[in-house]
Amino acid sequence: MITYALIFAISCFSVALLFNLYRVVHAPGVTDRVLALDTMAINAIGLLVLFGIWEGTAIFFEASILYAMTGFVATVAYAKFLLRGDIIE
Amino acid sequence: MELFWEILISALLVIGGFFGLVGSFGLVKLPDPMTRLHAPTKAATLGVGAVLIASMIWFGVFKDDLTLHELMITIFLFLTAPISAHFIAKANIFKDWPSDKLPRPHGEGEWAVHQADADTSAEELEEAEEARKG
Repeated sequence: MITYALIFAISCFSVALLFNLYRVVHAPGVTDRVLALDTMAINAIGLLVLFGIWEGTAIFFEASILYAMTGFVATVAYAKFLLRGDIIE
Repeated sequence: MELFWEILISALLVIGGFFGLVGSFGLVKLPDPMTRLHAPTKAATLGVGAVLIASMIWFGVFKDDLTLHELMITIFLFLTAPISAHFIAKANIFKDWPSDKLPRPHGEGEWAVHQADADTSAEELEEAEEARKG
């Protein structure tokens, strides 16, 4: 039963990543692009954790926490650049 | 007892996958930038949160290795999602809403997003100009 739920969740997150990719390519404004990249990082965390359950190993935990941190910093840096034209003033 | 845990983990996985999909679908479907901001920041954290809790229970029950380190990611995401959403909203106001299109803020002054330029004094501007030249 867990296997079917895992397959369902993995396919959901994969389709979500495709939606995000579409939004990155066809974005009406530049903030939408930043938002889509942020959501991509969050969905990648979900996929990594699901793959960790699939393989039965906790080794992907470190990768997902790295994704969480760099994704957040990247989003804030993008938004800061849009706001001020500079990141570290 | 094992069946109960299986049902719980499967339900959490299905909820997580569904909300992750809904968040990203909202990103594509919703009409204007501020509503698009709403969908992924709420639903994706709930989706990933459910998946992380499912992972925690799965490792605790089927691997006899109960660690709470998945909670670290959950808490980190719950703390950072509002901050990044706030920053994206600010960038969006800065890009699409000039100060004459916004309602006036209470009291004197300007909205903080547009204040950044008004706050820079003439001396600072001169200094920046000189730094750029020389």
